Amino acid sequence: MTRFIERHPAWALIAIIAVAVLIWLVFAIWPPGLEQAIGRKRVFLNAVFNGITLGGLYFLVASGFTLIFGLMRNVNLAHGSLYLFGGYIGYAISAWTGSWILSFIVAFIAAALVGVILQIVVFRRMEGQDLRQTMVTIGLSIVFADLMLWVFGGDFYQIPTPSWLIGPVQMPLVTAVKSSGEPVYLQYPLVRLAIFAASCVIGIAMWLALNRTRIGMIVRAGVDDRDILAATGVRIQLVFVLVFALGAGLAGIAGVVGGTFQSLSPGEDTRFLLASLVVVIVGGMGSIPGAALGAVIIGLAEQLGSVYIPTYAIVVTFLIMVLVLALRPQGLLARR
Amino acid sequence: MSLLQSTQLRTEPTASAARRALVRAWPELQNPVAWLVALILVIMPLIANGFFLIEIFATTLILGIIALSLMFLAGYGGMVSLMQLTIAGFAGYMVAVFGMSGNANISLGWPWWLATPMALALATIFGTLGGALAVRTEGIYTIMITLAIGAAFYYFTNQNWAIFNGHTGINTVATPYFWGIDWRADIAFYYVTLGVAAICYFAVQYVSRAPFGLALQGVRDNSRRMAALGFNTNAHRVAAYAFASFIAALGGVLQVWNYRQISPGSVSVGACIDILIIAVVGGITRPIGPFIGAFIFVILRTFALDLLVKFGLDGNRFRLLIGLGFLAIVFWSSDGVIGLWERWRWRRRKPSAPTRPGGGRHG
Repeated sequence: MTRFIERHPAWALIAIIAVAVLIWLVFAIWPPGLEQAIGRKRVFLNAVFNGITLGGLYFLVASGFTLIFGLMRNVNLAHGSLYLFGGYIGYAISAWTGSWILSFIVAFIAAALVGVILQIVVFRRMEGQDLRQTMVTIGLSIVFADLMLWVFGGDFYQIPTPSWLIGPVQMPLVTAVKSSGEPVYLQYPLVRLAIFAASCVIGIAMWLALNRTRIGMIVRAGVDDRDILAATGVRIQLVFVLVFALGAGLAGIAGVVGGTFQSLSPGEDTRFLLASLVVVIVGGMGSIPGAALGAVIIGLAEQLGSVYIPTYAIVVTFLIMVLVLALRPQGLLARR
Repeated sequence: MSLLQSTQLRTEPTASAARRALVRAWPELQNPVAWLVALILVIMPLIANGFFLIEIFATTLILGIIALSLMFLAGYGGMVSLMQLTIAGFAGYMVAVFGMSGNANISLGWPWWLATPMALALATIFGTLGGALAVRTEGIYTIMITLAIGAAFYYFTNQNWAIFNGHTGINTVATPYFWGIDWRADIAFYYVTLGVAAICYFAVQYVSRAPFGLALQGVRDNSRRMAALGFNTNAHRVAAYAFASFIAALGGVLQVWNYRQISPGSVSVGACIDILIIAVVGGITRPIGPFIGAFIFVILRTFALDLLVKFGLDGNRFRLLIGLGFLAIVFWSSDGVIGLWERWRWRRRKPSAPTRPGGGRHG
């Protein structure tokens, strides 16, 4: 952090000012002039919270994508299909047993199994041929999309929220002050906060596993140089299978999350594939903290964009990607 | 390999040297199969009726043109771009926006001879800018960035009502009518697409043998060495994107004239990937590949439903068939149908076979 400030004082200053302005906008009571210029504070706060929680969901999808890419150099364009597959499995389990938690576990296992099969049957045969692997994942995404359309049809599905997570919760943030002087607090759905907290926990757990455990050390070494790692006697194929399973399983969990606070339908696979592509391009390929930063930036840009400039919202996301590519082609937090 | 060939060109002061140079520049001239295919394509309106002429052959040629632009980038430049259909769709949208259409509040009502060059120019600029962005990263990243551009454009057309008219798109786009001929009538339109396809095909063929094309292939094979030789590798790549964008834009203009409407569905991510499938199935080392791929794709798309129903299967599983076919091609042949055919021919002529033809390699 301090090294970054020393090396790029101008960028650091801009980032600090942006964060300070955001914090002020969130915590301060807006003066009437500001409310007239850009609308109610409640709308803004809702957009910010939606953006951050959406960022949590994007992180779940993109972290698996970036992990698989970082270790295996495999751009898994079927990642969106794994997301949707996990979502459908989660829906089926939750409709069958009524248990929300169980649907997460089963979706993780099912998507991870698909990932293991893909890695063993398909990708192991074409190791080192990046382009061919990518083409295969494109073909697989078409096949998966059509199979899922066959089984589940074109309907919208929504996974019901468990009763103990339904309803709004009062946040300690003042949105406005009534004429009587009584402050009005922000109400926000509990389930989104719970899911955001869960994705934070998963993110921190992944970071700890990568940086504090032996297997994490092996994975990091593999990201740097897998040939040397294989030469030191590590069973690298096993590591590949495990990482692919973890990445796919995370996509499956994300599918259940997405099915709970949005909905599942054909086409969602492409949407989340695009989201994870943009997130890892912005954050940096193969970097977990990069995926977290990229996910929050893209989530915020998308939600704030759709509130304040509705017909050009996607352009904001896209401009961020262009800006990052122009200034730092390897991504914000990538080392190389 | 192509680089080596070009250095072997020696000028001989005989009359036959000129002819030999011509044949070397255009090997199709010596190939009887090429002449036969050309003849069949020219007299096609005598053989085929309106449905086959437009739905099969004109559609094949249009998709082939768009896939040809991808083949040029991937085969000679080593850059697999998934945004070629997006560029084509952008050109189509621009024709609809600048020209005349049923949505009078959006279309500016320019005559076709003004709107079409405008659309081509804007789409070429769009593609070149996208390419300039994509060349900042290398290899596998190109696919991701171009896919992101394509998907962003699709969602943008869906969201934006002021220019792109949201998810309904722009309908009843006017088509050119001059010299007393309706150029959208079946036979006239077929010849227009055939002419444009032929020009694009020979242009790609020519550029691939011109100094620029050879340098581009050098950049593909070893960009570091080309940079050391003093070539500006990034400029070559961006120029390749510009050329390919123009070809894709031509295909896009023809496509909007063909369907007379354009909507976000025409530029969806699935459609972008279809172009990749067409190019890869046909083979991306030679310009004829995309047209072969497009023909297979269109035939499958048109007749798969009947065929599947005949075998007692669900006719809606067309995309499953396409996906499985694509997977099979990627698994067993790195050079699509052309590669399979060449391998078969090579095996048959093994005793006298000199070398395997085809300069580019891929994958």
